[in-house]
Amino acid sequence: MRWHYKVSHRLRSLFHREKAELDLSEELQFHLENQIDEYIAGGMDAQEARHAAFRSLGGVEQVKEECREARKMNLVENFVRDMRLGARMLRRNPGFTVLAILCLTLGIGANAAVFSWVEGILFRPYPRVSHQERLVALSGTAGDEREQTSWPDLLDLQRSCTLCETVFVTSITGATLSIGERAEVTTGSIVSANYFDAIGVQPMLGRGFEPGEDIGRNAHPVVVISYHLWQTRFRGDPEIIGKSQRLDNVVHTIIGVAPERFYGTFVGRVMEFWVPVSMLEVYNAGNNKLEDRGARWAEAYVRLKPGVTRNQAQQEISAIAARLEVAYPATNRGRGIKVWPLWQTPFNHAGELLPVFEIMVVVAMFVLLIVCANVGNLLLVRSFARRHEMTVRLAMGASRGRLLRQLVTEGLLLSTCGAAGGMLVAYWCRHALGLLFPVRGGDVLYLPGEIDGRVLGLSAAVCLVVTLAVGLVPAFQTRHLALAETLKTEASAVMGARGRAWFRSSLVVLQVTLSFILLVGATLLMQSLHKIRTTSPGFSTTRVFDTWIPFVAAGYDAPSAKTFQDELIERIRALPGVEAASYARVVPLGYESYSSAPIAVDGYEPQPGEQPTAEYNEVSPDYFVTMGIPLVSGREFTRADDENAARVAVVNQTMVARYWRGQNPIGQRVQVKGDWLKVVGVVKDSKYYSMDETPRPFFYVPLRQYFAMEPAIHIRTTQPLETIQPALLREVHALDPNLALYEMITLEEQVNRSTSQQLVAVALVALFGGLALVLASIGLYGVMSCTVSQSTRELGLRMALGAGTSNVLGLVLSRGLLLTTTGIMVGIVLALLLTRLLGNLLYQVSPRDPLAFAAAFWVMALASTAACFLPAWRATRTDPIRALRAE
Amino acid sequence: MAKPTDLVQGTLDLLILRTLALQPMHGWGIAQRIRQVSKEVLQVNQGALYPALHRLEQQGWIQAKWGESENNRRAKFYSLTPDGARYLRQEQAQWKRLSLAINHVLETP
Repeated sequence: MRWHYKVSHRLRSLFHREKAELDLSEELQFHLENQIDEYIAGGMDAQEARHAAFRSLGGVEQVKEECREARKMNLVENFVRDMRLGARMLRRNPGFTVLAILCLTLGIGANAAVFSWVEGILFRPYPRVSHQERLVALSGTAGDEREQTSWPDLLDLQRSCTLCETVFVTSITGATLSIGERAEVTTGSIVSANYFDAIGVQPMLGRGFEPGEDIGRNAHPVVVISYHLWQTRFRGDPEIIGKSQRLDNVVHTIIGVAPERFYGTFVGRVMEFWVPVSMLEVYNAGNNKLEDRGARWAEAYVRLKPGVTRNQAQQEISAIAARLEVAYPATNRGRGIKVWPLWQTPFNHAGELLPVFEIMVVVAMFVLLIVCANVGNLLLVRSFARRHEMTVRLAMGASRGRLLRQLVTEGLLLSTCGAAGGMLVAYWCRHALGLLFPVRGGDVLYLPGEIDGRVLGLSAAVCLVVTLAVGLVPAFQTRHLALAETLKTEASAVMGARGRAWFRSSLVVLQVTLSFILLVGATLLMQSLHKIRTTSPGFSTTRVFDTWIPFVAAGYDAPSAKTFQDELIERIRALPGVEAASYARVVPLGYESYSSAPIAVDGYEPQPGEQPTAEYNEVSPDYFVTMGIPLVSGREFTRADDENAARVAVVNQTMVARYWRGQNPIGQRVQVKGDWLKVVGVVKDSKYYSMDETPRPFFYVPLRQYFAMEPAIHIRTTQPLETIQPALLREVHALDPNLALYEMITLEEQVNRSTSQQLVAVALVALFGGLALVLASIGLYGVMSCTVSQSTRELGLRMALGAGTSNVLGLVLSRGLLLTTTGIMVGIVLALLLTRLLGNLLYQVSPRDPLAFAAAFWVMALASTAACFLPAWRATRTDPIRALRAE
Repeated sequence: MAKPTDLVQGTLDLLILRTLALQPMHGWGIAQRIRQVSKEVLQVNQGALYPALHRLEQQGWIQAKWGESENNRRAKFYSLTPDGARYLRQEQAQWKRLSLAINHVLETP
């Protein structure tokens, strides 16, 4: 209650000075008039009454002044005065101030940047999309496996889900966009017709999709293009609506332009166009999957009704999935549908970035703690220099509360400057994450930070915590300020003396501990990245290039594609420097999924409830030679393994071990989708989806027997990219000038791209670890120089008594190293407990890897020796005569 | 007329709060009222009245609002806040204890 009157009143008196003055005059005027009236009524004449009235008040101006004075007992004014005093103190020590603010800027900036990434990439990843807090992603489940969802299932879900506001589908796709002579592969989404309404984004030109536009096979060739595409490829043509555009060689009508800053709904990628699902067949190589309940291709989101929790939604959706299982056992048995929060969206980059960000939040907090300890220490050193001032103020009757407020105000000043700097840092860094990922040809990789109200709020909270931490550290010190003693003398400290120094020392120990932990983390991640990048993926990486040609878009059908592929591969083989070339439907470690099928193996009795499944790749002759995957026994596919020959397969070693118990499988049979395949060869295991996967059963089938329209081309050559790419393009155009070529990269590049998540983690943790190391060294340096300058007398005495340079050097160094060692010891214990957090990111590196601990130890030890050396060296320069005379 | 008794500072606050407990009032009215009720014994020093009012407002015990006086002039009316009422009760009890004690001392032979 009272604070409400107080605050409003005080604010009024602070901000409405003039109004308050007027009020005051008017109030006194009223009093005087009444008094005059009374005097006149008592028989005085007007003039006399006036004078008497003024006299009785005792001087209007004096009263006014006293009233003003009464108002000035004001918290806010005190605060303003503290601010001014604080600002003056900070200005007087520019070195200290700059260092402190710099530290705080780094600490708060690191946190704000991480917050903004988490916000912009995980929590509110889709600019312009409304109510993202109610969006959840859907995936299908088959046992423990995750898969996409099918269109008929989603339609049923949309119909019967009472807790869902809308269900909408988006599926990422590539398309060849030809404008004039230029053909380019761009990224876009196949979406349900309700897409734009569901996400609350309206095209800035034209319209979104109409409800009927997802029905009918290829019935609605319409496209909404992105603002970026409109600006760059159509030069912002205002008459764009209604124009035609070829996409994958099908003429589409442009019906809308999405607003600026709308990038679609796929974390990490910028979408350039949107087409309705009725056009799926065009983009999905001639398969109409809209009526096939077994075809699971859709990436779906649900917007929940307000107030519905994820759990409630999951329960209802599971119930619906269970009903579907009963109704459609052929396609849905054992399948469920799972709800995911946006930050775990299974079908975009969110999922793979989540563990990185979890680590980053912890690491940023560590850096902040180190910063707090560091700035607190700086303030402490300064408060030691200021203890005379503090003591005098205490002796003059200032309350300890008042001093405390002064110190906290100074802390606030520092942290506010730091926070302002920090927000700048975060603002500059908001696109930094995208830079750490290699650019994927043609695609814009978009990983923006988002600085919104929540990020600002959280950063403000951090700033407040920092203020308290930083302001209260010196306050803690003034607690023991003994008036008389401090006023009497500048007590000299003794090297290694306990007491006042212990607090500062423990701050240093804390810094060393935290940076040590970060160093261990950084080293572990670096080791892991190195392991990942140097582990053989099971195929050669350096001299093998891959690329693909969008045939379907160019209007090819299966027979013409086969002819083309055969002719092209012959031409490629004839190119100078080419050692081998082949096709495969899927490039390892890419985004595309392998075919997968239940299998039956001759002579293998599955356990009850076990359904052996394996994935396979469709490859052409020479594939293993091209890829450098060693053949263990048997043979490769040859041109004889075509449509008319008996079905054959090549299996990997893990498959042999699992299904043939290591026996030679050549000549044995595997059943896949009803066909019996004869095993003709065994190859070594290689990596299929990711570098850190465990070996899995895998087999290969001839491309000719399981034909795919758009396989990747693999070329093993002695030529560099600059030679082979134009050569290939020439050969392609010699056969068909209308064909485009997708980006050509080495398999090494492919490996690097697939490990970019680890690269981000390593880069950021190493950056923060380095930062922490520098901060801790500064802290150690500060404390050691302070200790040295405070114990000049003792050092002088020691030297006068015959201590040599090396003795003094040793004394100071040993004290500094004692702090470091303590910090490292605590750090080792904590790191042993904490590095398990890195678990998912580490590849073949134990979180307790002794090598990482040793490396971190040496780095820390070296850095701290360097930090201690300068103060120690200064100590040896102490002039004993002057040191003793100064007393 | 006997010299009016001077008021010590704390006492003035108490009298103001007590007067305002009856009804909202402007500065002039408060002074008049104290004089009347004390049968002309207590004469509020007008120079001290307004600073006291502003101080009480500052502390949140009273609040001010502009209104119309009996003689149709614009006047600043003060009223007691709930906090002020609580404070008044406290101070009244304190005052009673104090005056009883003083009486006791004075009247004990």
